[in-house]
Amino acid sequence: MSDKLKVLAGLLVLAVLITLPFWLNAGKSGAAPEIVIAEAAKKAGNCVESKEWMAANHMALLDQWRDVVVREGKHIYVSESGQEFNMSLSSGENSCLGCHTSTAEFCDSCHDYTGVGTLYCWECHIDPSKENK
Amino acid sequence: MNQHLLYSLAAVLVLGLIGYAGGSGMPYLFGVIIPYAAMVLFFAGFAMRMLGWVKSPVPFRIPTTCGQQQSFSWIQHSKYDNPSNKRDVLVRMLLEIFLFRSLFRNTKNEIREGKVVYNLEIWLWLFGLIFHYSFLVVLVRHLRFFLEPIPALLKVVEMLDGILQIGLPGILLSGFLLLGAALFLFARRILIPQVRYISLTADYFPVLLIASIAGTGILMRYVAKVDIFTVKQMTMSLATFSPVVPEGIGGLFYAHFFLVCVLFAYFPFSKLMHSGGIFLSPTRNMANNSRAVRHINPWNPKLKFVTYADYEDEFREKMIEAGLPVEKKE
Repeated sequence: MSDKLKVLAGLLVLAVLITLPFWLNAGKSGAAPEIVIAEAAKKAGNCVESKEWMAANHMALLDQWRDVVVREGKHIYVSESGQEFNMSLSSGENSCLGCHTSTAEFCDSCHDYTGVGTLYCWECHIDPSKENK
Repeated sequence: MNQHLLYSLAAVLVLGLIGYAGGSGMPYLFGVIIPYAAMVLFFAGFAMRMLGWVKSPVPFRIPTTCGQQQSFSWIQHSKYDNPSNKRDVLVRMLLEIFLFRSLFRNTKNEIREGKVVYNLEIWLWLFGLIFHYSFLVVLVRHLRFFLEPIPALLKVVEMLDGILQIGLPGILLSGFLLLGAALFLFARRILIPQVRYISLTADYFPVLLIASIAGTGILMRYVAKVDIFTVKQMTMSLATFSPVVPEGIGGLFYAHFFLVCVLFAYFPFSKLMHSGGIFLSPTRNMANNSRAVRHINPWNPKLKFVTYADYEDEFREKMIEAGLPVEKKE
């Protein structure tokens, strides 16, 4: 009999573990954040590549840019469509953050929601949107 | 290639393709109904198996004794290999569950220069350990899809998992360790003739299933990327009981998701139940104290025992008549 009680207790623990997300989410909406496209980005019309491609591959592109700029000293990126762009994350208007002016709204909201790793951009770069405040 | 291997490979491949196609054809079935059903089946099946096992009678003390039992005070007792009380049994169980201690004892024998020699064979133990722990980390990491906001502890786990900061998206070690260890366990089954001989479909299938789950997960993160934002919207809707199936999630996600559902649904009916069964192993969870404590079979019938003295009292006259020796004459 006591063995049965032990097994039931174990099953209870398992049940709680399986349903943990349901308990922890209870009372919260868990709604996705709105993606805010900054005015400057809207005015520019398009990013260096298509929106879908950027959503999936921006991290790989930034990684590649970093290596090309730092190791090879090249600063011009030629996109699929043949347009030329300045390869820079945070230096002035002609950079990623030149258009996407608020990192909190543009980068962090998605990254926090999906929990895709910790952004370590700002260990080297200055975040202009935070620097001004 | 033997039939068991062939069946398993085919099953995993077909299931993956079903998931891949099902995601675009019937997203509600594959995104909502099957996952919930798989979870219910997993828990109900798990409970059924455990409650079934606990009903089994264990009339004998049958711990596996792997060392000197408790004896005289001047004979060294190997406490955890031959435990004689509950505390040592607990330690033995914890070592078994968390460190797979009995597997560490694995040896390989061969004949060298005409003599039988035994060698320590730790690879199964090592890769088994890597496999289980990396699977645990992967499982815990996936909670980020089912929680909003994401707890800080989960972010720490992910940070540690990606601590090498290789590439972008950063390599998470647990995923690759899981895939590598699963492939090792699979390779072991096909490369060692003796192990291949005893391997059945039920052995190949789970390891291939888990390897393909890890493989599709890795593909999704590093190669053929899916829209993780939409994925999280969907998984969160499942975790808050308000299921919606957003469009535009790649087929690869559904392949991964369906294989996970298959794993959960298959779990209670497979060898994977060793996860629950290990707690109920009578060869591990009993103390070897048969010489110190009298264990009486719990369902022995209550009988009145007749001693020889009673017997002689009853039959004394007849015994004397028949000329049989008696202890007490009158």
